[in-house]
Amino acid sequence: MATFKDFRNSVKPNWCPGCGDFSVQAAIQRAAASIGLEPEGLAVVSGIGCSGRISGYINSYGFHGIHGRSLPIAQGVKMANKDLTVIASGGDGDGFAIGMGHTIHAIRRNINITYIVMDNQIYGLTKGQTSPRSATGFKTKSTPEGSIEQAISPMEMALTAGATFVAQSFSTDLKDLTALIEQGIQHEGFSLINVFSPCVTYNKINTYDWFKENLTKLKDVEGYDSSNREQAMQTLMKHDGLVTGLIYQDTQRKSYQDLLSGYSDKPLSEADLKLDQAYFDKLVEEFM
Amino acid sequence: MVKQLSWKVGGQQGEGIESTGEIFSIALNRLGYYLYGYRHFSSRIKGGHTNNKIRVSTTQTRSVSDDLDILVAFDQETIDVNYKELHEKGIIIADSKFDPKKPEDTNALMFSVPFTQLATDLGTSLMKNMVAVGATCAVLNLDIQVFEEVVQEIFGRKGQAVVDKNMEAIKAGYDFTKEQLNTDTGLMELDQADGKKRMFMIGNDAIALGALAAGSRFMAAYPITPASEIMEYLIKKLPELGGTVIQTEDEIAAATMAIGANYAGVRAFTASAGPGLSLKMESIGLSGMTETPLVVIDTQRGGPSTGLPTKQEQSDLMAMIYGTHGEIPKIVMAPSTVQEAFYDTAEAFNLAEEYQCPVILLSDLQLSLGKQTVEPLEFDKVEIRRGKLQSDLPEIENKEYFKRYELTNDGISPRVIPGMKHGIHHVTGVEHDESGKPSESAANRNSQMDKRFRKIENIKFDMPVYKNAPHEEADLLLVGFNSTRGAIEEAMERIEADGIKVNHAHIRLIHPFPTDDLLPLVQSAKKVVVVENNATGQLANIIKMNVGFANKIVKYNKYDGNPFLPHEIHTKCKELF
Ligand SMILES: Cc1ncc(C[n+]2csc(CCOP(=O)(O)OP(=O)(O)O)c2C)c(N)n1
Ligand code: SF4
Repeated sequence: MATFKDFRNSVKPNWCPGCGDFSVQAAIQRAAASIGLEPEGLAVVSGIGCSGRISGYINSYGFHGIHGRSLPIAQGVKMANKDLTVIASGGDGDGFAIGMGHTIHAIRRNINITYIVMDNQIYGLTKGQTSPRSATGFKTKSTPEGSIEQAISPMEMALTAGATFVAQSFSTDLKDLTALIEQGIQHEGFSLINVFSPCVTYNKINTYDWFKENLTKLKDVEGYDSSNREQAMQTLMKHDGLVTGLIYQDTQRKSYQDLLSGYSDKPLSEADLKLDQAYFDKLVEEFM
Repeated sequence: MVKQLSWKVGGQQGEGIESTGEIFSIALNRLGYYLYGYRHFSSRIKGGHTNNKIRVSTTQTRSVSDDLDILVAFDQETIDVNYKELHEKGIIIADSKFDPKKPEDTNALMFSVPFTQLATDLGTSLMKNMVAVGATCAVLNLDIQVFEEVVQEIFGRKGQAVVDKNMEAIKAGYDFTKEQLNTDTGLMELDQADGKKRMFMIGNDAIALGALAAGSRFMAAYPITPASEIMEYLIKKLPELGGTVIQTEDEIAAATMAIGANYAGVRAFTASAGPGLSLKMESIGLSGMTETPLVVIDTQRGGPSTGLPTKQEQSDLMAMIYGTHGEIPKIVMAPSTVQEAFYDTAEAFNLAEEYQCPVILLSDLQLSLGKQTVEPLEFDKVEIRRGKLQSDLPEIENKEYFKRYELTNDGISPRVIPGMKHGIHHVTGVEHDESGKPSESAANRNSQMDKRFRKIENIKFDMPVYKNAPHEEADLLLVGFNSTRGAIEEAMERIEADGIKVNHAHIRLIHPFPTDDLLPLVQSAKKVVVVENNATGQLANIIKMNVGFANKIVKYNKYDGNPFLPHEIHTKCKELF
């Protein structure tokens, strides 16, 4: 059986020392090992950004695509081979700006993949512009007088879009994060995990200390029931989205692939490509 | 007796014009005639003039006909818009309901037949199209029994009574019109057809069927005219084979999802038209850079922007070759008939896997939506070739990545798919080394760039140029691509009859351009006329760029939204001599 070391490769990440993304990488490697995956059975698809590099730092099949499109690529991979474990990942710009359309539709579609967003409330790779997760008033290179737009609330947005698994974590909480990733992968449907992953270079507001001060663990919220969508929404609103833990899970709704009529039990990638002559003849006959 | 005739039915969109044309053409196709149907429609659902022009012939035709023999009109607008196409002895059959008026400047005969009234008398005005079919039968002196089978198929599930009523409506139209005809006027009898059963389909049907035959089991697409029929057909068929179509949120998702599925080993594809292709460009670049196979269908329509969304045009050529940023190896192919659309689509999947690059199959609205009789498709001719896709891999020392981008002589590297043991590697759109790890070194950049382009240097492509070149030295070479083939072929016969020696080349591989194939034909012709449905002469420019001989090349362009007619090409060429 593979250990988390088997999910390590020889590539040295080019992240800044202290970047939150290191822990996300470690958490994925640990979660993969702890639920018994083998490296070749895991595909990590990522977008573009500092965070998008993650697919190159894990010893598994990795696909580093284009900005904002990790989700459709990942869904394509999963549709082609439903036996693979597929993780999509990227930054908050990748998922909630350029890729927001895909995020909402991936949530609705509910294909059985896990989406991990490394949310640093800023654009790292392009050196510090505002992100849709930046708070109003946040000063960046592109918002010198402070952002005048409203920040997106991805967890509330996910709930409204019909998500079946919504979780949030903080990159230093390695144990909790690992456990959530395990749960996400095991969830039969689309799982969204937003991880506060500080950018130590460009975000001087939402720092490790800031998060420690402002985050509330759902474990500590009395009577919190993650199967209750209404409570999930209220709790998020009450804490301005700054909660960590499993926010909501619907274990009843079936995944897209389970609902799809006619969809093969065997991975499509193993299908016999040659049609049967009789079947082809039948298709031809329909045009006569 | 005539060998061919053309028939047009017109009225307001949403009035059943479609079904009138369908029933008429399916029945005639079954008698063994070759049909060619072309619809004129607008980008709205109800209202607006629409018509369906159907050419019936005892031999294969692939062009809209120059003129018209019979015009069936459900409203005055149909007469006013179309009567000029009618030739000397043409016939108008019009619904008495709108009190049809025949324009003064035509010799055509007109019969006013109470389509709506006769249908209403039989129970419902909805059957007026059946009455019109019956009226046509009278003019063609066709036995209405030939419609029995088709009517049964269409209405059978609604019960025998509905079938009978519809047959009665056909008979009523037939009887009424018959009475108005006398033996010499108005009769237009077709030569007997060979009675062979052949397929009757649009280009999009053939593309979809080609994808199935090639083993495609997954399609991701976003609806758009004139591509939607491809996904609509496959959503019915793919589940029978364990596969599916996903209607994505946009074309970017469609292209990237297809890339993900190809990466994971499935022959996935996507189809769209110009606006969608613009959105897919970055993804096509990703496919090129990561050497992930991808088949994209572009059914061209009138551009730019929303342009003429329901009209014919061939103006995406340059965009398909050069639309992506940066430089990638890419294959752009352009079938010219429905048969070719089938075989070429199937072949596109082979090429994408063999050369590990994006393959764009160009179609155009006329080819995609024009409905034609098709000679039998030979399934045995469809090969499945997956190139350097690996099955079993040896263990790699030291847990190193598999060399997915290994530098090889032909530039093509071994390909593995996720799930395979010992095949782990990284894929990225960032410049990368042999194992897929990002690399910015100049030496690596050169070797990977060169490797990617080496792949298609010696591309093997069956018949990159279709040639009909009877003359060693020609006065004229006609060149086109996609659906203009039929009109060019017909024009060619007439130009020959004028004493001009003419050859014809239809380009089937647009990129990489088959210079060596075309060069001798250009060299040996005095003039080269490039016929294309766009304003700037994109194919002509590509030929100038690759083959040269700019001084011989004459651009002949049409971009009003309508297909070329044979007589237009004939006239244009005559003017040049
Ligand atoms: C189509 C396109 N537009 C813009 C860019 C430039 N770009 C690369 S990453 C990025 C945003 C990075 O922010 P985020 O997604 O939050 O990731 P982070 O770097 O913070 O991890 C941008 C704008 C690009 N690569 N592609
Ligand atoms: S710039 Fe920010 S997000 Fe990027 S690696 Fe450095 S710390 Fe991480």
